[in-house]
Amino acid sequence: MDAILETYVIPTAIILAQILAIVVPLLVAVAYLTYFERKVIGAMQMRKGPNVVGPFGLLQPLADGVKLFAKETILPAGANKIMFAMAPMLTFILAMIAWAVIPFDAGMVLSDINVGVLYLFAISSLGVYGVIMAGWASNSKYAFLGALRSAAQMVSYEVSIGFVMITVLLCVGSLNLSAIVEAQRTVWFAIPLLPMFVIFFVSALAETNRAPFDLPEGESELVAGYFVEYSSMTFALFFLGEYANMILMSAITVILFMGGWLPLFDIAPFNWIPGPIWFFAKIAFVLFFFLWVRATFPRYRYDQLMRLGWKVFLPFSLLWVVLTAGVLVAFDWVPAPVLG
Amino acid sequence: MSDILREYLPILIFLAVAIGLCLAMVIGSLVVVKQRPDSEKVSAYECGFEAFNDSRGQFDVRFYLVAILFIIFDLEVAFLFPWAISLGGIGLFGFWSMIIFLGVLTIGFVYEWRKGALEWE
Repeated sequence: MDAILETYVIPTAIILAQILAIVVPLLVAVAYLTYFERKVIGAMQMRKGPNVVGPFGLLQPLADGVKLFAKETILPAGANKIMFAMAPMLTFILAMIAWAVIPFDAGMVLSDINVGVLYLFAISSLGVYGVIMAGWASNSKYAFLGALRSAAQMVSYEVSIGFVMITVLLCVGSLNLSAIVEAQRTVWFAIPLLPMFVIFFVSALAETNRAPFDLPEGESELVAGYFVEYSSMTFALFFLGEYANMILMSAITVILFMGGWLPLFDIAPFNWIPGPIWFFAKIAFVLFFFLWVRATFPRYRYDQLMRLGWKVFLPFSLLWVVLTAGVLVAFDWVPAPVLG
Repeated sequence: MSDILREYLPILIFLAVAIGLCLAMVIGSLVVVKQRPDSEKVSAYECGFEAFNDSRGQFDVRFYLVAILFIIFDLEVAFLFPWAISLGGIGLFGFWSMIIFLGVLTIGFVYEWRKGALEWE
């Protein structure tokens, strides 16, 4: 009996505790990202933003959550009910489980798999299913058009994200996320791979359907795009999933290009600050750019969006992969392969 | 159970937690809140109009084309992953093999471009 307890129950309990230690702060972060977004955009437009519920409006996200929970869940008559309900759940689940491999500090990771980048790439590719399912199952024209646009946009930018990841992998020689961060001790990849960093960030905006690439939602033409038929918690799951994906893409940007948990400079006042604090500070910094872009740029046209993805980013990132590999081979800088 | 699989156990448990969490949220709201659907409420939203026809009609073939192009390039990326991390061990032969492969794909890409598959007027 004790043997079972020691081999199965206790390790599972520890893993569950670790998962809750990721999920709960993540959900709080998602809630406060919506607050942060409204405050930042409010400030940029000379408004106050939410300031009524609680001190400085700090309870606003909770009020929004309770309101959504208290609404009626509508299942449209023409919809495929099961698929309709599954779509937001899929979006939410994928946005959650990607966090299993994100390292918060050296060794501070739930599952230190040796194919971390591939796992993240796979999860983010699956994200498009939630959108397609929602658009198809709703049986509404706006939802259908929004889903088509969104799917085409997400897969277009997925390709350049893939190439950008390859350039980073070429410089590291490992798929493990902790190894990628450790490889940036001398210099963050944002500096030698600056163009790739920019492409990755812009693709991340497109991948998460954020402004200026928020055509799938396009309020003025498609009302809300693929989630127009959703209400109550099914809508909330889409919303949570979308914002969790934003935080996730920021975290991936930080890990691939901005040295993850590493301090800005490895000297006295900077390396006193613990790794996770650096990691969260950098994520918040990248997220601020997400919001800044939204407050600043008008929406792209669909043909411009596709042109940018296929005719600019794709050839350029492909060229950069060849260039990086060529430079690494020519100067004999290729990292020794890690064979596990 | 081997060590390499043991690393995936937390992901499996995480998946179960995430599924449980979203089911709890949706079903919780369904149970707690009074549901009063009527025929207007559950009809498809179309800015106040009655829907003229089923929404699952024809759509532009270019969306389909983008999906096909995506498959080609995503496979290419999938091929590049193992190449990128083992470049140190496969030497110049491995390097040039991949460059030739990319060259072949680039020819296909240029063809697509010239044919106007990437045009969205």
